[in-house]
Amino acid sequence: MSKHTKFGFYIFFVPIFLWLFLLIVLPHIELFLMSLKYENDMGDMVWSLQNYKEFFVEEIYWLTFVRVALYAILVTFLTFVITFPIAFYVTKVVSPKYKGFLIILLLMPFWVSELVRVYGWMILLRESGVINYFLTSLNIIDKPIEMLYNDVSMIMGLVYTSMLFMVVPLISSLDGMDDSYIEAAHDLGASKFIIFFKIVIPYTAPGIVSGAIVVFMLTLGNYLTPNLMGGKNSLWFTEQIYNQFIASFNWNQGAAFGFLLLVLSSFIIWLGLKLSKQSLTKALS
Amino acid sequence: MNHILEIKELQKSFEDFVAVNGVDFCVEEGKFFSILGPSGCGKTTLLRMIAGFLEPSSGSIKIRGDEMIGISPNKRPVNLVFQNLALFPMMDVGENVAFGLKRQNFSKSEIDKKVKNILKKVHLEGYERNNVSDLSGGQRQRVAIARSLVLEPSILLLDEPLGALDLKLREQMKIELKKLQNDFGTTFIYITHDQSEALVMSDRVAVMNHGKFEQIDTPKNLYANPKTSFVASFVGETNKFEATLRSNRNSVITKEGIEFKVVLIDENITSDCKLFIRPEAVVLFVDEKMEDMNFFDLNVKTILFDGSNTKVLATINNSDHEIMVSLPQNRRFSHVSEGEIIRAGVHVSDCKCYE
Repeated sequence: MSKHTKFGFYIFFVPIFLWLFLLIVLPHIELFLMSLKYENDMGDMVWSLQNYKEFFVEEIYWLTFVRVALYAILVTFLTFVITFPIAFYVTKVVSPKYKGFLIILLLMPFWVSELVRVYGWMILLRESGVINYFLTSLNIIDKPIEMLYNDVSMIMGLVYTSMLFMVVPLISSLDGMDDSYIEAAHDLGASKFIIFFKIVIPYTAPGIVSGAIVVFMLTLGNYLTPNLMGGKNSLWFTEQIYNQFIASFNWNQGAAFGFLLLVLSSFIIWLGLKLSKQSLTKALS
Repeated sequence: MNHILEIKELQKSFEDFVAVNGVDFCVEEGKFFSILGPSGCGKTTLLRMIAGFLEPSSGSIKIRGDEMIGISPNKRPVNLVFQNLALFPMMDVGENVAFGLKRQNFSKSEIDKKVKNILKKVHLEGYERNNVSDLSGGQRQRVAIARSLVLEPSILLLDEPLGALDLKLREQMKIELKKLQNDFGTTFIYITHDQSEALVMSDRVAVMNHGKFEQIDTPKNLYANPKTSFVASFVGETNKFEATLRSNRNSVITKEGIEFKVVLIDENITSDCKLFIRPEAVVLFVDEKMEDMNFFDLNVKTILFDGSNTKVLATINNSDHEIMVSLPQNRRFSHVSEGEIIRAGVHVSDCKCYE
């Protein structure tokens, strides 16, 4: 390597290294060490795996995790089902003239913060909210219904929050697909159903996978939406971690949960990639 | 003769223009039929209507006597080889070829057998598990053709499939396509803007311009007896003169003031006309005793050497109108050099006049 390229290399490498090391690796090492400390009966901190054992022994913890993981998978799937037709319409059906405009419309809600968007939903759905107002004033229902604080409204909020992260990779991979693939398949005798499952889905698989990974991770690690829109029974795993750190002041337990969230969600993604025969590098390229 | 495809008064208009404007033709079973025309003449629209991707505004398309209007592309007995081939990148060669067969519910062993057979016929034996992106341009071409032909369509439509290949490969594929068509006996309808592709491969060629067929003929006839000025100028190289018809109606005076005895192709020419002379029709060092000839002097400007296709660029009779003349590469003409003045002539029957 010449001196010149070496210099260029460091210019890009140093900030990334500092960012990864100082802000990601170092705190994680600290957290990891913390998670391995346990206060024994004598009140001394000792090295132990007890914090991790706690997760598997106490039903409430691992059941919360399983439930949250299943919900995250459901949210990812619903997000895909809702955004795919939108992405297909924008890229393949509508005239290219309006494409840019439609994409802007899709992105616009995401210019405001998640908090504002969630409050938007709350204004619509709460007992004294817009929907209830119309339903009661039109005499469709007698008294307002509480539509917030249950799993359905929470899932809806999570799907809404995640849509952008699915629709963007879908649009870019559908954009890269030549229309002639669809026509060729049609010409060779395939029905619309077959074209969708044998041509469009396999072709856009890398885009679907990258969107799905992002949506899954963001949903699993979401705190705001489940907290604001979910009910008492919709406890999210991040809320468990929060409780350990803030409510119980048990940082060691919280650190262990944080690590379990990281490891288990990575495992689920690995499993998903294996089952769908996709590779991570291909999906993210 | 058996007509596999019959097209009557086919018309297709888009919002503000007419792409195909009343086309009538028939194609005989087992023939190689080409549609030749400049880009934007409506040939792709015509092909896409036959394939079923576009609904005609009016007219009829019959394949083996069955009306095709309203039948979707996956139900028509025609297959299309796309301009960019459209080989599915996520499938290997075998899966690409088997794609259509799987839609027809053949058994697995039958599909394997058919795929193997067709790949052998296109000289790609044993390529089943190869990735399509690893193939060369010519091989991809053959996979695309095999993928369509394995379905045994009544008609194979080809939309300029040689356009993306380099010259050498294109020359090779021309011959190969013609051979494949012979081997399979399938009717080919081939679309191109390259007149040499159309002339070399086809049994019959339709020349298309502005949404209409100008002439449907054998390649030889098309070249020798073009019926319209468009065909005369589009098919093969030619020299064009703007001219005025003289009152005796058998000679013209060009804009440069040269008189030519001519054959009138359009009988209703009144005054202004176009005169076409092929480069190879000009006889160099002509014997002035020959009859029915037009004689003139050529002032050699440049020799465009291109092997057997070498031409001379020369001005005619002291005018500055340049014409192209073929220069056969035999010893007789090897002394021709720039600046030389040559007595030349052209037979009256080779001077064709159009409206």
